[in-house]
Amino acid sequence: MSRSSVALAVLAMVLALFPFFAGNYALSVATLILYFAYTGQAWNVMMGFAGQLSLGHALYVGVGAYAAGALFFYYGIGPWAGLWLAMALCVAFGLVIGFLAFRFGISGVYFALLTIAFAEFTRIGFDHLAFTGGPGGMFLRVAQRDTWDLANFRGPPLMYYYAMLALTAAAFAFCTWLLRSKAGYYWQAIREDEEAARALGINAFRWKLLAVAISAAMTAISGVFFAFYYNNLFPEQIFNISRSIEIILGPVIGGVGTLFGPVLGAAVLTLLSDGITEALAAFGLDIPGIKQVFYGVVLLGVVMFLPNGIWPAIARRLRL
Amino acid sequence: MPAPDLVANVVVSGILTGLVYGLMALGLSVIFGVVRVVNFAHGEMMVIAMYAATVLFAALKLDPFLAMVPVAAAFFIFGYALQTALINPFITRPEHSQFMLLVAVAIILVNAMLMIFGPDARSVQVDYQLDSYQLGPILVDKARLLAAIAAVVAAAALFAFFRFTLTGKAIRACADNHLGARVVGLNVKHLYALTFGLGAACVAIAGCAMVLLVDVTPPLGPAYTLLAFVIVIVGGLGSMGGALLGGVLIGVSEALAGLFIAPSAKSMFSFGLLILVLLLRPQGLLGRRA
Repeated sequence: MSRSSVALAVLAMVLALFPFFAGNYALSVATLILYFAYTGQAWNVMMGFAGQLSLGHALYVGVGAYAAGALFFYYGIGPWAGLWLAMALCVAFGLVIGFLAFRFGISGVYFALLTIAFAEFTRIGFDHLAFTGGPGGMFLRVAQRDTWDLANFRGPPLMYYYAMLALTAAAFAFCTWLLRSKAGYYWQAIREDEEAARALGINAFRWKLLAVAISAAMTAISGVFFAFYYNNLFPEQIFNISRSIEIILGPVIGGVGTLFGPVLGAAVLTLLSDGITEALAAFGLDIPGIKQVFYGVVLLGVVMFLPNGIWPAIARRLRL
Repeated sequence: MPAPDLVANVVVSGILTGLVYGLMALGLSVIFGVVRVVNFAHGEMMVIAMYAATVLFAALKLDPFLAMVPVAAAFFIFGYALQTALINPFITRPEHSQFMLLVAVAIILVNAMLMIFGPDARSVQVDYQLDSYQLGPILVDKARLLAAIAAVVAAAALFAFFRFTLTGKAIRACADNHLGARVVGLNVKHLYALTFGLGAACVAIAGCAMVLLVDVTPPLGPAYTLLAFVIVIVGGLGSMGGALLGGVLIGVSEALAGLFIAPSAKSMFSFGLLILVLLLRPQGLLGRRA
């Protein structure tokens, strides 16, 4: 076995056994890390693999969450069925955005701004959609949390942790396979030089759309998880541009285009954010905004001094 | 159906507010046109200028129109320093890396404002704020009119700078051909920093004018960043006239959407317009094709 598969096996073991040592708080932090790791992985398919910068991924989280949430809220249909509706809707949204953008030759900064525009447009749309509760939000029934009700995805925090762990592991494996598949090589060719890729006969339009569709479908699952984990959905929160930025931070800090970058980035950022909160509380510095200022400074430092992210630097050091 | 008089009033006020928006967006457009970096901290800078105007007013009773001079000067220096210290090393990096850098700057700026000023809205109360001029059926707020005039004067000064001064021409040369500009011996990094400083000064003037029209809170920062994006894309990213035109269009469409649909839906209208323009004329209304 190679060094990296040994490291991966050890990591998987640690994560699987983690709940037996951790308290409820640590478990919720770990669930959050895995959530961002998974969602970052989904974003990375589009940006890291195919080179299409999306700054509006909150759109897919929100649409996925509202689709599965509304099915459960109105018809009592559980998330296992809702999942498919969520994915179908997000793929449809992604394909429409991708089709319009790529057909009209929009790329780079303009594409990024277009994704922001669609996310914001949808946010304000949901604010005026009475069916989902408008700006007042939609609230899913919180059932008792002691027993595992897998059919309706209701249970103790432990269940959500393992669900997220399974999702993250599956996404990791899927992305590993994707990157080595024909699509993966085509995407990387498009990312590095689209003109050259097209000259070689790659149908860039179609492969870019595939990347958007896969990324949107994966992000839809984040949304479904979000809906059933938090149980309340507000357009202002879920579609907000700062949500989109949160999704991107992990992979960018960890290393865009790498498989382990999104996971590492999510862990670093979530722990950093929590660490700053604790440290500031310990020093009695409880001024609103101070936490985010520290966070921003650290972010600035990483972006300036580790341009390719943390993971490539570590991977070199560990010879993985 | 609202009365025609009311509609005319709303349109006029939308145009005037739109001109101030336009000056803000002009700063973004100039920076992108030359440095090719999208300033994701633009609205946050606008909010700082607004706070600066409220502080100068509270401490020295300085009218926001007079405050424009010191605030613009301070912003010019800030912009110059920001470009020199942080952004110049990022010029050749990929877009997502530049984006992250400016997002980090934006997070720091907006939360520093939150730390210093708290979440409550602040405003400036000048004695001419309730004055208005009557032109037939149309009532024009004095403060709004003066704010729009200040925006137009500042934009005209910037136009003149780029058109007639040697430094302005050198900056345009950098924008047209980076390599060529270096070959003929222009100090590109210095000119980039100057440009960012000028863009920041535009925001400063727009912020001082805007503080007469709306109360300032930290969350306005990200909202103005998005608004500035919408305006410059609609007008044409990098086009100076386009920024003003886009500002007026968005100002009027916001005002009309507020009147006919619902005030909360006004930015949906703007984003819809943005999507349409991106798809049908991606270079913007007045932009040149790349």
